[in-house]
Amino acid sequence: MNNSLSRRRFLSHGISGLSSAWITAHWPAVLSAADHAHRAAQSVTPPKFEFFSSEQAAEVDAIAARIIPADGTPGAREAGVVYFIDRALTTFASDDQKTYKEGLPELQARLRELFPAVERFSAATPEQQDEVLRSLDDHAPVPARPFRPRPAAQSFFETLRQHTIAGFLIDPDAGGNRDGAGWKVIGREREHMFQPPFGYYDKDYPGWQPLPKDADKK
Amino acid sequence: MRSGQPKYKTSEEVDFVVIGSGAAGGILAKELSTNGFRVVVLEQGPYLTESDFTHDEIKVLQEDLLTNHPKLQPNTFRKTPNEKAKHQRVLAYGRCVGGTSVHFTANFWRFHEIDFVERNRIGAIPGTGFADWPITYADLEPYYTKVEWEIGVSGLAGASPFDPPRSKPYPMPPLPVKSSGVIFERAARKLGWHPFPTPMAILSQPRPGRGACANCGFCLAFGCEVGAKSSSLAAAIRVAERTGRCEIRPNSYVHRIETDASGRAVGAVYFDEQRITHLQKAKAVIVCANGAETPRLLLLSANKQFPEGLANSSGLVGKYLMLNSYASALGLFEHPLNDYKGYAASRVLHDFYELDPQKVGFYGGGGLDARFDFTPITFAMGGYPLSGAPGGLPPNTPRWGKAFKDAISYNFTRTMRIGCHGTSLPLEANSFSLDPELKDAWGLPALRMTYKNHPDDLKLEAWQVGRALELLDAAGAVKTWHDPIEEDNFAFHLLGTCRMGNDPKTSVINPDHRAHDVKNLFLCDGSSLVTSGRGQPTMTIEALAFRAADRITALAKRGEV
Repeated sequence: MNNSLSRRRFLSHGISGLSSAWITAHWPAVLSAADHAHRAAQSVTPPKFEFFSSEQAAEVDAIAARIIPADGTPGAREAGVVYFIDRALTTFASDDQKTYKEGLPELQARLRELFPAVERFSAATPEQQDEVLRSLDDHAPVPARPFRPRPAAQSFFETLRQHTIAGFLIDPDAGGNRDGAGWKVIGREREHMFQPPFGYYDKDYPGWQPLPKDADKK
Repeated sequence: MRSGQPKYKTSEEVDFVVIGSGAAGGILAKELSTNGFRVVVLEQGPYLTESDFTHDEIKVLQEDLLTNHPKLQPNTFRKTPNEKAKHQRVLAYGRCVGGTSVHFTANFWRFHEIDFVERNRIGAIPGTGFADWPITYADLEPYYTKVEWEIGVSGLAGASPFDPPRSKPYPMPPLPVKSSGVIFERAARKLGWHPFPTPMAILSQPRPGRGACANCGFCLAFGCEVGAKSSSLAAAIRVAERTGRCEIRPNSYVHRIETDASGRAVGAVYFDEQRITHLQKAKAVIVCANGAETPRLLLLSANKQFPEGLANSSGLVGKYLMLNSYASALGLFEHPLNDYKGYAASRVLHDFYELDPQKVGFYGGGGLDARFDFTPITFAMGGYPLSGAPGGLPPNTPRWGKAFKDAISYNFTRTMRIGCHGTSLPLEANSFSLDPELKDAWGLPALRMTYKNHPDDLKLEAWQVGRALELLDAAGAVKTWHDPIEEDNFAFHLLGTCRMGNDPKTSVINPDHRAHDVKNLFLCDGSSLVTSGRGQPTMTIEALAFRAADRITALAKRGEV
C-alpha cells in the first residue's frame, strides 16, 4: 500500500468526526497521525499460536471468556484475547511462561476435584467454570495506590486476569483487542485524534469567564 | 532531523559535555550551542523520534520503551538508613533523548514567590533540612517567561488570583477545556475557590515543525507523535542540532566523571552501546542526569582525591530527596465525560498553595487539578508500571466476570480524578545512594532509595483529599472515593539531592549551578531544588536550566570556567 493511499484512507476513516476548519488548523498533526496509523496497520501480525498447543489455547480462551464474558456485547473471546496472550508469552511476558505451564495442570486438577465428571475446563458449563476460577482467585493483595511496583510473584489466575484485560483493552493497532471490540465495550472511540467538545459537560461551556472579584487577591 | 550534527572525537576537548538530554540537559545544550560553544550531549537511552512513539500500552508501560529498565537497572528500597534495602523497582524516569520530558504530563505551573523564601517566612521545622533558596522568584521570572515562549506553553495569564507576577502573557491560549475541567470549575466556584485553565507545555497552536495537540488521549507516559508536547526533544534538542555545534550521542551511559591531579573535571567516561568504554574530553562537565542519576554519578566518581564522591565535601550528595506529596480522589458522574480524549488536566486551583500551619496543624500546601490520566488498560487494572491495582474503578469493584465488565463499560467514560499535588519536606535520611551489593547490567552499583515521608506530607495529602472530595460532592458526583493515604516507595519527581546554596557546608552547588568543590563541574536538574514546590517541578527545572546557561556562558566568556 503506498503512503498517499494510506493517508487518504486514514483521512476518510480516522478523523471522520472532525470539522474541516479544525483539520486545517491541525494539518501537520493530522499528517503525522496518518503516518502513524499507516505504520501501525502494517505491523499487526496475523494470528497463529506460537506458545500454546491448540488444547491449551482452548482452555486459556475459555478462562478469558469468563474473565470478560460476552453478554450482548463482545467479550475476551470475541476480541481474540487468546492470540494476544500467546504472543505475550513469547515476547514481553516470557517470564510468565512457567506460570502458565504450571497453572494449566493446576486448573485441570481443580476441575477434577470439583467436577470429576467434566473432562476439560472448556467443556464445563459457565457456572462450573466460574466456580473453578473463584477457587483459584486468591485475591492476592495488590497495591492500591496508583504508583506502586507490581508484586514480584502472582498466581496463575491473577496473571491470566491481567493478560486478558490487557488483550481486551489495548490499542487495536498494537496486536490485541480485535476489531476494537474492547474499546467499543468501554465506549472509547477508535479515532486517532479528537476535536472538542469531548463530552456531555463541556459541550455547552460558554468559554472562560473571569470572576469579577478576582481583582482582590485572597 | 539529525543532519548537520557535528561528530566530535572523544579525544577532542569540546567546550561542554552535557550528561543527560532531558528537561535541563536539552535546554542547556540548546542555549550553549546557540551561544557558540561546542557541545556533546551524552544520553544513556536511545534516540527515538515521533515516528517511534506509539499508543501500545504494553511497549510503553510494561516494556519501558521510554523509561529506565528495571531488569538492566535494578533498584533497592528501604524506609530508613538502619534497614537493609530490598530489591524492588523504586523509580521511573525518561531514558531516551529528551528524557522524562518526552512522556511527562506537561503540567507547567511556575513556582510562586513563597517557594523560595518559605523557611524565612514560617521558621525552622525541627528534624528537617527545610531551607530557603539562594535565589528568589524575581531572579527566575525572566527565565520562566523564556521557557513559556521558547519551548511553547499554553495558558491564560491573570486567570488565577494566586499567580506570581509575570513579565509577559503566555505565548498561546489554553488548550480546550475537558468535561472534567468544566465539572471542576463549576463546583470549585460554588465553593468560593478560584479554578483556572491549567498551564500546559503542550501546543494549542502549531509551531514550525510541530503540530498543535490533536487530543489523541495517549499523553501521560507516552511520547507525542505530533510534536505538540513541548519536550526537550521537540522543543530544544533540534534547535541545538541546527547550530551545527552540538552532537547528541545516544546510548552513552556515563558512569564516571574523570578528574585530574588539580581536582578539575577532564571529561565523562561512558559505555557505548557495545559496552566499550570511552572518555569524552571537555573543558567543563554539566550533569543533568536527574535527581537520582546525578547524585549516583557523583558517588560513582569517588576516587582518592574525592573519597566520598565527587563534589561531596558537604556529605549531602543524594540527600534531602523530595518526591512531592501526591494523592487523588475520584468521582463517577451521570453522563459521559469522555475524558480519555485530550491531555490530562484542564483546570487547576491554587487556593491552598499556602496553608497556615497554625490553622491546619501541619506544614504544607499544594494545588488540585481536574484530570483523567488513564489509558483503557490502566483504567481497568491500574497503575504505572502496570500493577493489577484498581486503576480508575471504585474500591471493591469485582475484578472479573460480568460485574467487572459492567463496571469498565459504564465507568470508563464517566470517571474523573482530582489530583492533589503538594509539598514534601527535605529530610536528610531520604536519599539516593549506591547499593552495597546489587549491581546493574554493566556491573555498577545499583541505585538505592531510602524514603519515609515526613508526617506533615501525609497530613497534607489527607487534607487535600478532603477538599477534593468536597469538590466532587459539590459537583454532584454519583459516587466518590480516594486513594489510600500511604507512605511512598516509588518515585517520579526526583528533587533536592544536590541542593543549591551559598554555603559549601550545607549545599552541593552554588547559585551558578557550579559544584562548590569542582570549579568546572556544573549540576542542573531536579537535584538542584532546595524546596519541592507544590507538585509540578519541570517548569522550574527548565527555568533554572535557562538561567544556568546564562550564568555558565558569562563565566566561560570571562575565562572563569
